[in-house]
Amino acid sequence: MSDTPPPNGETRGPPSRGLRRTAELAGIAVTGVVAVCMLGFLLLYWAQDLPVASDLYAGFRSVGRGMDAAFGTNVFRHPIMWQSMATGVLVGIVAPLVGSFLVHREMALIGETLAHTAFAGVAIGILVTSSTGWNGSLLLVALVVGILGALVVQWLTERTDAYGDVPIAIMLSGSFAVGTLIISYGDGLTGVNIRGYLFGNLAVVTPQGARLMGVLSLLVVAGVALTYKQLLFITFDEQAARVAQLNVTGYNTLLVVLTAVVVVGAMQVLGVILVAAMLVVPVAAASQVARSFRETMYLAVIFGQISVIGGFAVSIGLGLPSGGSIVVTAIAVYLASIVGAGFSVNAISSHG
Amino acid sequence: MSGTHRRDTRDGGPEARSKRDKRAGDPSGTHHVSAIVELDGVTFSYGDTVAVSDVSLRVEAGEFLGLVGPNGSGKTTLLHLMLGLHRPDEGSVELFGRPVDEFDDGGRIGYVSQKATSRGGAMPVTVRECVTMGRFAHAGRGRLSADDRAAVDDAIETVGIGELADRLVSELSGGQKQRAYIARALASDADLLALDEPTVGVDAESRDAFYALLDELNDDGITIILIEHDIGVVTDRASRIACINTELYHHGDTESFVESDALAEAYGSTGQVVHHHH
Repeated sequence: MSDTPPPNGETRGPPSRGLRRTAELAGIAVTGVVAVCMLGFLLLYWAQDLPVASDLYAGFRSVGRGMDAAFGTNVFRHPIMWQSMATGVLVGIVAPLVGSFLVHREMALIGETLAHTAFAGVAIGILVTSSTGWNGSLLLVALVVGILGALVVQWLTERTDAYGDVPIAIMLSGSFAVGTLIISYGDGLTGVNIRGYLFGNLAVVTPQGARLMGVLSLLVVAGVALTYKQLLFITFDEQAARVAQLNVTGYNTLLVVLTAVVVVGAMQVLGVILVAAMLVVPVAAASQVARSFRETMYLAVIFGQISVIGGFAVSIGLGLPSGGSIVVTAIAVYLASIVGAGFSVNAISSHG
Repeated sequence: MSGTHRRDTRDGGPEARSKRDKRAGDPSGTHHVSAIVELDGVTFSYGDTVAVSDVSLRVEAGEFLGLVGPNGSGKTTLLHLMLGLHRPDEGSVELFGRPVDEFDDGGRIGYVSQKATSRGGAMPVTVRECVTMGRFAHAGRGRLSADDRAAVDDAIETVGIGELADRLVSELSGGQKQRAYIARALASDADLLALDEPTVGVDAESRDAFYALLDELNDDGITIILIEHDIGVVTDRASRIACINTELYHHGDTESFVESDALAEAYGSTGQVVHHHH
């Protein structure tokens, strides 16, 4: 992140280290450019009726048609596909970013739990929509419920004095149970594609959903950038961070809230059941080969991006669900990183 | 070693001393607060189990206090109480002359926990990243300055692991890992170093070198509180001993501890001091 410059010693390293660093920075730069393009699309789509934006949006559409012609596809001319891709690209950045802290705090299960909490939120949203005729965003309801769930998880873990499995597991299955009950109760009331939320579907992404993801992504990146030092210290050595008078509870709460924000955005394309994979798998892959924590974050974001774009290619090419395609691609990247690390067994699971 | 350098910055004349007095919570700067930690009648329980009972003790500036006691005697709990990681059920704790609840100058304490050092840890953090954490309390939310990075480099050199700066902490030996954590404390310019069984799993040679480093730091004016299971090591190194088994059995200079019956009483007559010869 921008608030902590690179370590001093890097220029003293061997040439291969310099090359590696250059490749990483190039990967991050490409990811950044893609993300800005996607945010640009979301902005133009939103503002397409305004004078200048309409011309730019028309230009974007014609680029899409050109891409279709070039690749022989019927994908890039449709705004809904760009919305899905924008959402996926942003998920590929923010999920590994937050996941870098979660994984090394051994809190990977939290992401899964919050996804299920958010699912309950979607269910509540469906119920509210169908019974009151309110025409609001389901994702917004999911976001509110997800954040409330995050605060409950944090409260539970503070009370149990550890990120204990038991309260988290209860929360996970409990919120999913509530979600299924509400959906059964409201069955047939709406035409909402609930399977899409479970397994991820490019068609689930609405313009509001994509815009919400854009705003949330900016908030998450800013949140991590501003608190990078504190989150790193707490992740590495929580007790020493407490002694250094860091507000550990506050930063832990921030981390679970950021996680809730990420999973709500990511559940559109990944689905509730698979959303935690993007928090965990790219980070696990990066941890195999990274030589510092900063490098872990860079590589996790790059691997996340490769997973999303590769997964989209598989999903579109073979007509498969996006969630499964992205996660399988991410696991392929993970396996490749193990091979790349010389079959290193320095795995996440070997935490002492 | 840059012990001389540290002494220079630490006792840097009246101006520096006045600054430290102000940090100790004395706005006038005229009264030097010498007690680093002061416990008065401290009791702490985990549920129904009393871990620390009615302990009163004072750790003076520049002291090297060895904290000893049998397994499960409440040593770590007592250290946590001193550092504000636990709040006492009864009694009061003061850090640098201020009630522990009000103490907010975390940079003055370097803490090396048992958990941190025993952690196998696959988290990829370099020595430099680890030591840089010591500057976070100083940098606050802002960027790290050139001075911060200079302090990090200085700390890494002081503990003698300059060539390991870009290695991962998880790849270091036990002794090297300890030095990395000590360097983190030095980078924060800590006045108090609190160590919880730092040499578990460290070979004898590295352990001797590690304790020699602690001696140097103590000579430079850093107060040290050390929990160590090897009583011989503590009595060789520490100037004062606190012996605890829920209650405080002894608190005083090392000679009086060796001559007293506190050890036998606290350990149930099985303890025996074995002196190490270096």
